[in-house]
Amino acid sequence: MAKLKIEDLDRIAEEARSKMTIREGAGKARITVHMGTCGIAAGARAIMSAFLDEIKAHNIKDVIITTSGCAGLCSREPMATVEFGNQAPVKYVDLTDEKARKIFKEHVLGGKFVMEYALSVGSERIR
Amino acid sequence: MKRYRLQLMVCAGTGCVSNHSVEIKDALDREIEKHKLQNEAEVVFTGCNGFCGAGPIVVVQPDGVFYQLLKTADIPHLVEEHLLKGRPVKKLMYSPPAEKIPIPKMSDIPFFSDQTLIALRNRGMIDPEQIDDYIARGGYKGLVKALTMMTPDEVLKEIKSSGLRGRGGGGFPTGVKWESCKHAHGDIKHVICNADEGDPGAFMDRSIIEGDPHAVIEGMIIGAYAIEKVHQGYIYVRMEYPLAIKRFQIAIKQAREYGLLGENILDAGFTFDIDIRRGAGAFVCGESTALMASVEGKPGEPRAKYIHTVERGLWERPTCLNNVETWANVPQIILKGAQWFSSIGTGDVSADPWGGSKGTKVFSLAGKVNNTGLVEVPMGIPLRDIVFKIGGGIRDGKKFKAVQTGGPSGGFIPESLLDLPVDYEELTKVGSMMGSGGMVVTDEDNCMVDMARYFLAFTQAESCGKCTPCREGTKQMLDILDRISVGEGTEEDLVTLEDLSNVIVESSLCALGGSAPNPVLTTLKYFREEYEAHVKDKKCPSHTCRKLNTYSIDEKICLKLGHGCHVCVKHCPDAAIIGERKQVHYIDPAKCSKCGVCYDVCNFKAVQVA
Ligand SMILES: Cc1cc2nc3c(=O)[nH]c(=O)nc-3n(C[C@H](O)[C@H](O)[C@H](O)COP(=O)(O)O)c2cc1C
Ligand code: SF4
Ligand code: SF4
Ligand code: SF4
Repeated sequence: MAKLKIEDLDRIAEEARSKMTIREGAGKARITVHMGTCGIAAGARAIMSAFLDEIKAHNIKDVIITTSGCAGLCSREPMATVEFGNQAPVKYVDLTDEKARKIFKEHVLGGKFVMEYALSVGSERIR
Repeated sequence: MKRYRLQLMVCAGTGCVSNHSVEIKDALDREIEKHKLQNEAEVVFTGCNGFCGAGPIVVVQPDGVFYQLLKTADIPHLVEEHLLKGRPVKKLMYSPPAEKIPIPKMSDIPFFSDQTLIALRNRGMIDPEQIDDYIARGGYKGLVKALTMMTPDEVLKEIKSSGLRGRGGGGFPTGVKWESCKHAHGDIKHVICNADEGDPGAFMDRSIIEGDPHAVIEGMIIGAYAIEKVHQGYIYVRMEYPLAIKRFQIAIKQAREYGLLGENILDAGFTFDIDIRRGAGAFVCGESTALMASVEGKPGEPRAKYIHTVERGLWERPTCLNNVETWANVPQIILKGAQWFSSIGTGDVSADPWGGSKGTKVFSLAGKVNNTGLVEVPMGIPLRDIVFKIGGGIRDGKKFKAVQTGGPSGGFIPESLLDLPVDYEELTKVGSMMGSGGMVVTDEDNCMVDMARYFLAFTQAESCGKCTPCREGTKQMLDILDRISVGEGTEEDLVTLEDLSNVIVESSLCALGGSAPNPVLTTLKYFREEYEAHVKDKKCPSHTCRKLNTYSIDEKICLKLGHGCHVCVKHCPDAAIIGERKQVHYIDPAKCSKCGVCYDVCNFKAVQVA
């Protein structure tokens, strides 16, 4: 390890930022892949991998991917919910690898939701 | 650089490690690999979470799902359900006492949600052995700001106006102490971190060091810069804290490699380094003059402080000693500003540095509360909130009796004063103190005479013996309390206790003697009726002082429920229990030595105390 310069501190912080975004649970956007038994059977893992792949390819550090159980709409699996900033969450259904990648580029990175794959905007709030 | 979607934060504080958290991490790594999730989930060791009663603890981020009391056997299920299938495992989560519904998220658990973190801000967030983790959370940014954008005087002014006061016991305003050291004559000066933490049961400082050692180091560098002419600092750590020592060693090594310690730090023209000294083991070594004597290799005994250590301390040089938690607050104050810090807490410190209590305080919450552990709360929070909200109230539905604050020489505060805010002056007013942050909650089953005796026995044993009032006076007091607890006390003894206390407080050389009588004084004040019951009626109302109890057997219970099981007879050391198997049993009061064993061994609760 070499002696640090002041700029190096920022570089180190930047490099570790994706880890910290996850630990702090505070990213710019959050993708939830629904991974109930039905979701897994319908290929939710492939959707998850597609999102992870995109995150890596674009070197994104402030997007969080989480999973949740069945969303209660098993016929439309695989599903994912995208929350961008303070906007209402958007549920996407019948996902495929390509659809997931498109959603990532347009909604997660661009902030515009992809109407054609969206099921609903907003969601029930459970407390 | 890998991109994970999950970070599993495994607690590696002393408490969780002794509860096998290392094995938990190994099991997690193994299962994650088995399910080929090693590119999605990373397992990380962090410092103590504070909720030690619930350990071993794993927090799954980004959702903050909190798992507690884990066993290695739980791990395969946890990994498969939560990590692979995305279904958090309810039965491994925390449920509040009296409720059956588990709370998944750490941030929704009252123990955590009512806390405010400054000194412990990185707990559960970073791997304390990775300096890069600390930097990623804004670490060493305060130092950069101080070195590049502020003069030493400006740094000092910032600390002064923040209202930060010593977290190690006395509550002395930190900025005022730094300023005296800065103005003291001498070309070589020192800063020291007091990590002796001798209070029985306290682990605030240990936890900060184990979880975030760089915060302390950064604080010390900033302090050295502000005071000026300081190029060597020392950390005085208890020998009994091997993990804390190791974390400090690693942190210092990493900081040196990065050029954050050593010559010409960050090329800003400032030179400073830190060495570790291991504590000699006595409680009194935490006292400032004794500590400095011990660092110099002399016996750790206090000296009279007619010359302050800020003027002549270590090797007769001006020396600034601060507590671990005090140092850990410094980087955040510099980074976020004095105003931010002083907006938290009580009073007004703009004109008078003693005018309020600012920021937060870490307490180790112990005793009869449901949630024991380490908590950081804003100054000014009512004691009631700590006991009943964060602590979750008294265990087993019992009744609260008193809370002792400030460690072994703190006073006991009764129910009627529970709305008292946590504040240096308010606590002192009622006969207790902030101290270093010990907090022991007692309930109706605790005898206040016995509690006072217990803590006085500790300080008495730790008295270094240098001055008479403390050495002889506390011995006398302890003898009296021993007498009272076996029924040989008189009403006069209560007066003597009070008189002795006042003399010891007035005339002791150091604060050990000066505060040792607090537990006795406050219990005499707030729980006098308990003392009177002991000396007048020869009774202990909570049945703790066994010699004052009378033991008898309830015939009905013994016969109907216990069927005269005869167990008590086998255990009674004095052959005082009479009875044949399957018959009613009796205690012969003439033979009974009141040891209480029969009460403990009877499975049917047939033995009664009065
Ligand atoms: C008997 C005795 C024991 C003490 N033990 C400690 C200790 O373990 N840790 C500590 O920080 N301060 C301890 N102190 C207080 C120190 O003397 C000193 O006031 C403190 O370290 C100053 O730092 P602060 O101003 O940051 O609180 C003790 C004092 C006495 C009288
Ligand atoms: S007060 Fe007690 S501990 Fe302090 S110097 Fe005197 S004898 Fe020693
Ligand atoms: S142990 Fe209890 S139940 Fe058994 S003989 Fe003694 S008093 Fe009776
Ligand atoms: S209190 Fe002790 S001595 Fe008395 S009867 Fe019970 S066991 Fe025997």
